[in-house]
Amino acid sequence: MTKLVTLTIDDQQVSVPAGTLVVDAAKQIGNDIPVFCYHPKMEPVGMCRMCLVEIGRPMVDRGTGEVLLDENGKPRIQFGPKLETACTTPVSEGMVVRTQTQVVADARREVLEFILTSHPLDCPICDKGGECPLQNLTMGYGPGQSRFLYDDKIHLAKHVPLGELIYLDRERCIQCARCVRFQDVIADDPVIGFYNRGRRLEIVSFSEPGFDSIFSGNTTDICPVGALTSADFRFGARPWELKQSASICTHCPVGCNLTFNTRREARAGGNPVIKRVMPRQNEQVNEIWICDKGRFAYHYTESPQRLTHPLVRRGEGFEEISWEDAFRLAAEKIGASQRLLTLAGGRLSNEDLFNLRELTLAKNGQTVLYSDMAGGDLTASFGLAPGSNFGSMGKETAILVVACDLHEEAPLWWLRIKAAAQRGARLIVLNPRPTRLDKFAAHSLRYAYGEESAALSAFLPAADGPETYRAAVADFQSAENVVILYGSEGIGLTQSQRLAHTAAAVLAGRGKAGQVNNGLVAVWQRANDQGAWDAGFRPLEDLPAALRKAEVALIAAADPAGDDPMLAQALEETGFVIVQELFMSETARRADLVLPVQAFTEREGTFTSGERRVQRFYPALPPRLQTRADFVVTAGIAKALGLDLEGRAASLVFLRLAKTLPAYAGLTYTQLAEVTPQYPIIGRSDLYYGGTAYDNHQGLGVQLPLLPAAQPVVAAGAQTAAPTAAGEGEILLAPVTRLYDRGSTVLPSTLLHQRLAGKSIRLNPQTAAGFGLNAGQTVRLSRDGWSVEARVELDEQLPLGVGLAVRSTGIPLASAAAVRLDRLTVASAD
Amino acid sequence: MSQHILLRHRDIPNLDRLEVYRKHGGFEAFRKAVTSLQPAEVIQIVKDSGLRGRGGAGFPTGLKWSFCPNTIWPHYVVANADESEPGTFKDREIMESNPFQFLEGLMIAAFAIQANAAYIYLRGEYWQIGKLLDQKIAELEAAGLLGDHLFGSSYSLRLYTHMGAGAYICGEETALLESLEGKLGQPRLRPPFPAVAGLYARPTVINNVETLANVPPIIQNGAAWYRDFGTDKSPGVKVFSLSGHVNRPGNYELPLGTTFRELIYNYGGGIREGRNIKAIMSAGASSSLIIANEKALDTPMDYESLVGLGASLGSASVIVLDETVNMAWLAHKTTHFFKHESCGKCTPCREGTYWMTHILERIVDGKAVEADVELLQAVASQMQGKCLCALGEFSILPVLSSLQKFRADYLQKVAAPSLEVES
Repeated sequence: MTKLVTLTIDDQQVSVPAGTLVVDAAKQIGNDIPVFCYHPKMEPVGMCRMCLVEIGRPMVDRGTGEVLLDENGKPRIQFGPKLETACTTPVSEGMVVRTQTQVVADARREVLEFILTSHPLDCPICDKGGECPLQNLTMGYGPGQSRFLYDDKIHLAKHVPLGELIYLDRERCIQCARCVRFQDVIADDPVIGFYNRGRRLEIVSFSEPGFDSIFSGNTTDICPVGALTSADFRFGARPWELKQSASICTHCPVGCNLTFNTRREARAGGNPVIKRVMPRQNEQVNEIWICDKGRFAYHYTESPQRLTHPLVRRGEGFEEISWEDAFRLAAEKIGASQRLLTLAGGRLSNEDLFNLRELTLAKNGQTVLYSDMAGGDLTASFGLAPGSNFGSMGKETAILVVACDLHEEAPLWWLRIKAAAQRGARLIVLNPRPTRLDKFAAHSLRYAYGEESAALSAFLPAADGPETYRAAVADFQSAENVVILYGSEGIGLTQSQRLAHTAAAVLAGRGKAGQVNNGLVAVWQRANDQGAWDAGFRPLEDLPAALRKAEVALIAAADPAGDDPMLAQALEETGFVIVQELFMSETARRADLVLPVQAFTEREGTFTSGERRVQRFYPALPPRLQTRADFVVTAGIAKALGLDLEGRAASLVFLRLAKTLPAYAGLTYTQLAEVTPQYPIIGRSDLYYGGTAYDNHQGLGVQLPLLPAAQPVVAAGAQTAAPTAAGEGEILLAPVTRLYDRGSTVLPSTLLHQRLAGKSIRLNPQTAAGFGLNAGQTVRLSRDGWSVEARVELDEQLPLGVGLAVRSTGIPLASAAAVRLDRLTVASAD
Repeated sequence: MSQHILLRHRDIPNLDRLEVYRKHGGFEAFRKAVTSLQPAEVIQIVKDSGLRGRGGAGFPTGLKWSFCPNTIWPHYVVANADESEPGTFKDREIMESNPFQFLEGLMIAAFAIQANAAYIYLRGEYWQIGKLLDQKIAELEAAGLLGDHLFGSSYSLRLYTHMGAGAYICGEETALLESLEGKLGQPRLRPPFPAVAGLYARPTVINNVETLANVPPIIQNGAAWYRDFGTDKSPGVKVFSLSGHVNRPGNYELPLGTTFRELIYNYGGGIREGRNIKAIMSAGASSSLIIANEKALDTPMDYESLVGLGASLGSASVIVLDETVNMAWLAHKTTHFFKHESCGKCTPCREGTYWMTHILERIVDGKAVEADVELLQAVASQMQGKCLCALGEFSILPVLSSLQKFRADYLQKVAAPSLEVES
């Protein structure tokens, strides 16, 4: 129990935990001490001098230690000879703070005058105008006129690309170091820093590519002036022209809370367009941060390539048909078939998935999840208990991350788990190769690709693991709370199944299921895979076979043909293919009926995050005329089949869902929209304090309760799965995830193109040498009837004998497999 | 001084050679400390001597050493050889010509706070001295005076030199530590103070070169002996770096309490070309100007007496200015220096020194009006009490003091250009 300290700020008494800074204590009682360099999520530096206040402390007799009293029996207060910075001063018992006196007002005005001497008169053209702490604080505390001669003003570079994503205006920078400190301490990417000194102190980027950090966009939120702007939004719009809509990021299972800012534009025919993506505060999910993929990879929703009309196959091409005709045709085919296969991807909302489930079950079809990961049934029983929060985990918690490159697979979890480790959480990383998480781990353990379940088995009760694992196991077994995250580093469905079962068994062995800050977290490959599992969708081992046998395939938010030539071939043999899609994907191209759906930005719904938090997203844009939300499409088909499915509103679908799926029982849209006050206080009126991220008025979401396990969970067994052997001329390739891949939701964002993973394989230099390969050479990879060219990249940190291929870059690899490798001779080679 | 305590090389030739230094009692104090005294006893002797920091702050040295908590380890000693205050060149002479006395003082300080590693941070421009010291350190290691188990005791000590890269701010102790740690040379927030959390967040004592050079004689001869020199509150001797318009500029080792008159006229040979003295800067560029009247000239140079003149002793870099100097011109010189050296971390110093320099440029170039003089006063005043470290605070001293005491010099510069002005 932290001790409370009582102090007086402007004659108002306030009691706060010991260690609280004066500036934060004041904020809690609505006393907004102005700051620039201070940010509530970072250690103070006392650089800008804006928060100078009068601070007095009770006088104490040096000899006796007694507090000296005045004639009224009150402690005599000694004010310091100088003003003190409220941001660097922790509260002390009996402290007296004065913020409204003339000397403080003078100090604020004078500091602002100093800042404004160098600051350019850019407001009319500066992006920050309208949401600018410098503007706001100048209006509040600054001088009305400048005494500085315009001719003396310093002139510096104004369009400096720190990287192609973030631009710096050196004249506007007030050297507050918020960006440098964020990158160093929070993001662990110290790729920007100060250079030079004095008035010439400037921010430079040290990395190649410039500002090489997947969190770089956050610095534009916390920059108190218009010095840092994003290439995506700069010169785009005025903040007061923007409408805000709450949404959820769909790129990974973290479920970061977003705000879409939109504005009506002539170039869109008077329709609103998305101007930028901003974080929305949810201290239990993403705090006030988002990664750059969530911030910049939204353009696909507005792509001109979006499907605009229902299409039916006519010969080699398509013909437009009406929705009624489309529903009738779909119903006819489904009604006549005995074998319906519904293949759904994890980008669908819970409402979309529920309607698809209901339709499929009514027709005795198969609900298949398009995914290479298993364990969603286990996370329903062994997942994080409600109330769990990475932000509250500390030294009593052991966090085990297995088979996962968290920095690439779920950046905000990496950020929060790193912070938990820095607070003392026992972080154990189990991975075949080093990742960005190792630096913060108490234990970094290795295993060979293919042996993930065997490695994790060392953590089962009474297991006899390798010597090198002993300390980690001891730490894990003795921790008060345990959390396990499993990803998809180098594994496919079968291995994932084994891994998930082993992880659940390990957790069951600790007997902590259902307790706060305990549980199993799957680092899904898509945002709502958890929701799909909850709705009864399951991945299939032999999807090609299932597709071939299907009389009707109903495919939504999945592109199997584009991902794997084997699946494309299987689709040829499927009877009737109905595809619900945003784009004319390879799968859609092979379909018999193509139904254009709405992007998540154009409708509402819910997603269930990997932490089992159900969160609402709201429409940011009006839908396009001939598109329908996925759940509406399914309801339309159902109606034509004579089935009653809800298609009027997502909230109504959700009500039915809540009656059907046990974990969601009793949940309503209203509940999901509830918010409670969050700390730190940020938002539009407090943007000088926490940055320009949006406060959350539209819902913090609800974590689902855990369901009792269907059957006792059994570990996969400690014996190693037989490693896939690579024969002559073959190499064992394992699939891994990179944040910036070449998926269809990323490619339309051209500004990210310099950072996307190439179509390449990564090899240890020794392994490469064994094949006679050097970096940069092109090879042909072939297997199972597919054949692609890829470049060779070398990486000393990889284990020998295995190569890595990045998912969604055009190399069809669903699990580790032996792949034929041929060197391609290049004419110009030596 | 007939017999120097610090600049002993002026009495003893080749004192920079180890065998000569040892022949004249060198390293006896260190041996005495390590073999027969407790670290706490060494600290007490230095406390009793009244030795105060010679780098400018004048903080009691023994007291500083006693602040290191014995619950956090390791401890470090850092010798501040950054010597960048304009007009200061005393540490240079000590290190060049009497290096072993400085090193011995550093070694005794390390023993006193039980540090096993000590660093000498030198300004980048002293790279030759750095090389020299490396040589001397190697000689000490070869002689068994540095290394493990010194004199057969359990005490080990190693010394390392580290070069700066040309920044005055790295003479500020916390900025020095940042630079020593390989980071940008910007001062840290205090508290915590270096004695509690310094180098790599461990207890660290940072002392000036001259301060440390005083330590071997104090240990050898005792605190009472040291107190025989100087005054009651400012005991001991000081090396005064005299420069400016004097006939004999240079370093002079004199007891604290010597008057300006004695230094400037007896030792410095008076003002060159027989001119009149106008002002004295007693602490290098970080000075409040002293009007060089009779009262000032008779003021003893110690840490207390100068307060009466509105000034301070600082590092005792006494710059003498004669009647040919316009104080606005002088203020421009110092302000330009501080602007160039400002680290840029805090707003008032970064922007204020820049602004003041521009105003002073206009004044000196004859392009200013009287309102600019008022503005200069205002800008300097609004920097006061707001800066993160002493650089900013001290940068305004020459400005404010010259405006207060030599306002006519400014008004001269802003008179209408067509008038003939006596410069």
